[in-house]
Amino acid sequence: MASVCFYFQVHQPYRLRRYSVFDTDHNYFDDTKNGEICRKVATKCYLPANQCILDMIRVHEGRFRCAYSITGVALDQFATYHPEVLDSFKRLADTGCVEFLAETYYHSLSFLYSREEFNAQIELHQKKMMELFGKKSTVFRNTELIYNNDVARAAHELGYKAVIAEGADHLLGHRSPNFVYHPPGQQISVLLKNYRLSDDIAFRFGNRGWAEWPLSTEKFAGWVNQVNGCGYTVNLFMDYETFGEHQWTDTGIFEFLYHLPGAVMSLPENDFKMPSEVVAAYPPIGEFDAPHLISWADTERDLSAWLGNAMQSNALQELFNLEQAVKAKKDPELLHDWRRLTTSDHFYYMCTKYFADGDVHKYFNPYESPYDSYINFMNVLDNVAARIR
Amino acid sequence: MNIFMLGWEFPPFISGGLGTACYGLTRALSDLGHRVIFVLPQTVSTEFTTHVTLRTPAAVKGFIPGVTSYRLDEFDNVEFRSVPSTLKPYGPAGPGGMETVHHTGSTVTSETTDPHAPTTAGVSGSVISTGSKNLNAVAHYDGDMVGETERYAAVAVALARNENFDVVHAHDWMTYPAGIAVAQVYRKPLVVHVHSTEFDRSGEHVNQRIYDIERRGVHMADRVIAVSHFTRNLLLGRYGISPDRVEVVHNAIDTNGKLPLPSTIRRDEKIVLFLGRITMQKGPEYFLQAAKLVLQHEKNVRFVMAGSGDMARGMIELAAELGIGQKVVFTGFLRGDDVDRVYKMADLYVMPSVSEPFGIAPLEALSHDVPVIISKQSGVSEILTHVLKVDFWDTHEMANKIIAVLRHPPLQATLREHGSFEVNRLTWKDAAGGCVQAYGMAMGQYGRKRP
Repeated sequence: MASVCFYFQVHQPYRLRRYSVFDTDHNYFDDTKNGEICRKVATKCYLPANQCILDMIRVHEGRFRCAYSITGVALDQFATYHPEVLDSFKRLADTGCVEFLAETYYHSLSFLYSREEFNAQIELHQKKMMELFGKKSTVFRNTELIYNNDVARAAHELGYKAVIAEGADHLLGHRSPNFVYHPPGQQISVLLKNYRLSDDIAFRFGNRGWAEWPLSTEKFAGWVNQVNGCGYTVNLFMDYETFGEHQWTDTGIFEFLYHLPGAVMSLPENDFKMPSEVVAAYPPIGEFDAPHLISWADTERDLSAWLGNAMQSNALQELFNLEQAVKAKKDPELLHDWRRLTTSDHFYYMCTKYFADGDVHKYFNPYESPYDSYINFMNVLDNVAARIR
Repeated sequence: MNIFMLGWEFPPFISGGLGTACYGLTRALSDLGHRVIFVLPQTVSTEFTTHVTLRTPAAVKGFIPGVTSYRLDEFDNVEFRSVPSTLKPYGPAGPGGMETVHHTGSTVTSETTDPHAPTTAGVSGSVISTGSKNLNAVAHYDGDMVGETERYAAVAVALARNENFDVVHAHDWMTYPAGIAVAQVYRKPLVVHVHSTEFDRSGEHVNQRIYDIERRGVHMADRVIAVSHFTRNLLLGRYGISPDRVEVVHNAIDTNGKLPLPSTIRRDEKIVLFLGRITMQKGPEYFLQAAKLVLQHEKNVRFVMAGSGDMARGMIELAAELGIGQKVVFTGFLRGDDVDRVYKMADLYVMPSVSEPFGIAPLEALSHDVPVIISKQSGVSEILTHVLKVDFWDTHEMANKIIAVLRHPPLQATLREHGSFEVNRLTWKDAAGGCVQAYGMAMGQYGRKRP
């Protein structure tokens, strides 16, 4: 018996506008660009993908099931720029075959800097989930799957039944990510991403140079079937933008998605489960010990994409240095502005790793260089600091 | 391969990056085992005060009266010939420059006044010269220089008679007539190397005669080397060369693996450095306008303008007009240790060039561990990623970035760390390799053209 557990990440940051040291206003965010990107990705990905998932649920009469984690800043932008996206997610929620994970509202790195802010942002996000979808989450995922034993403990303390993490080879060793684990000495379950099979879809699907191209649903279902006997669940965790945005429509990614449940369930012992169902169905079989922080980013699976150079750690440190002063002001707008600066993307843009080679980092970067992004961010932060004084 | 190379400056006689480039290229060619005969239009003096250490010239062979020949110890395979001349291509020539040049007793004769005319005389036949008749006929400014290029051509042809070479390599417009003449007389392929064009130096106010020389040079050449894609595009757009004849060979820098000594100067003031010729091309006024904006936000900063040029006086006046005269220091032209010293003092180097074919100075700054801001209108911006880039005209953005570097030590640290790594990967050996490739193509084409 093998279950397939899909979780799709949905996130859009509030990108900053060009903010020079000579600017003095409080309009930090690029409304035009954020609106454009939001509408573009909605058209290419969110709306067609949601429709596809809805059709899959209907065709398979509820036997196809999956999960989403949607950041608060993404939901806010959908509400502003393209409310239809929210409606389509609500329709999915109404099927009962979709669940929503908990995370920090602002897709932030707050776990690393302030537990108070971390908890506050999760609470804000949960309120939003209740408001929009009428459900409380039972499974937690931290920004960019940043994880260690302490993240698990924090999630457990907040009452979550499970936490999501990267199935990092250096921690698993010879063991398989296709089981449920628990952190040392803790009750909470850990669901590990099967990064090989996840990345086959998310990164390699349209790559004509890949030995397995073209990837058919039968072939993929065959790989899932191989898990039978040495695991319970294949956790396919990926950015939702995989569908139609990272892998363009003409790669056949939507057809693949649509036909995958049929191919997987052609073996009657296979099924699809939501993360909370995986946790309920399969007890942890062993320890997943992560004393150091891991993530799902790059080949390093560490924090170097956000904290790899002096600019990044400086910007984050300076940002969180303002936390108490910002909160003491009791100005909701100021707090919201400051919180939107905690979004991890701002620090990802400052990454100098691979910058010279030009790669995936560049694709997602609205700046010409990591230096420009740092300068821009620090100018904004300066202005925030001035509002406190 | 034997290369007959025509240049016009070489350390210590430099006014800009060309001499540095010729130095790096010839040394790397020599290291690769190629023999270079390097012809200079200047008399060599013994006053070696540059940052490049040159050893004493060895043998002086006098083929031609007035021509000095020497060797530099560190250049195994490079021989130098210098021709007394007053070529000053990057600055306005002073009046009367020609009178100081005497050209007596040479084997050069004045049978033809057109150095570009194909000669049928062959190697042993007539060579090209400039008689005083020509010199008197040319106008005061460009005339001096255009006349000089012709005289230089004549001497180069005479000089080449005793040399054995496979290819002629000419650096920039002053040497193109010489390159064309030598190539034609001795039937060798010609490679011209474009380090700058008249459009870089003069904007839209091009000197038609210089433009004509450049145009003729790049069209007569069998291969053209451009120092950047920036320059290559300009050659394609403004000089009508076909794209398949031009290749890009980026310049490099000699870092010698030496780590710069940390500055021992303790001071409260930050120093922002402009180092280069103070001419229209280098955008000095944008530097000052940005300085004015910076000083509105940051008090403890001083702006140093190192260099000379026809806009130097104007810039002193502009600084005063902007009310920042007390914050701007003009050092004049710096050489040798002084260049090192000023880099060591600097917290930031800014190159606001309006049109910069390459720009070696930013590489020097990086190799001195100084963070760098360069204009996007430069060739060097094609190969550097760990620098800050601005449009030269966007003085607000320039000021924004200057202030950021001054305020945020982590930004300086990251720029330094990655910048020095990046600059260490640029080598003259690679550049010389690019030239050798161009020689090979030029020779191949030449063979096909004239079997």
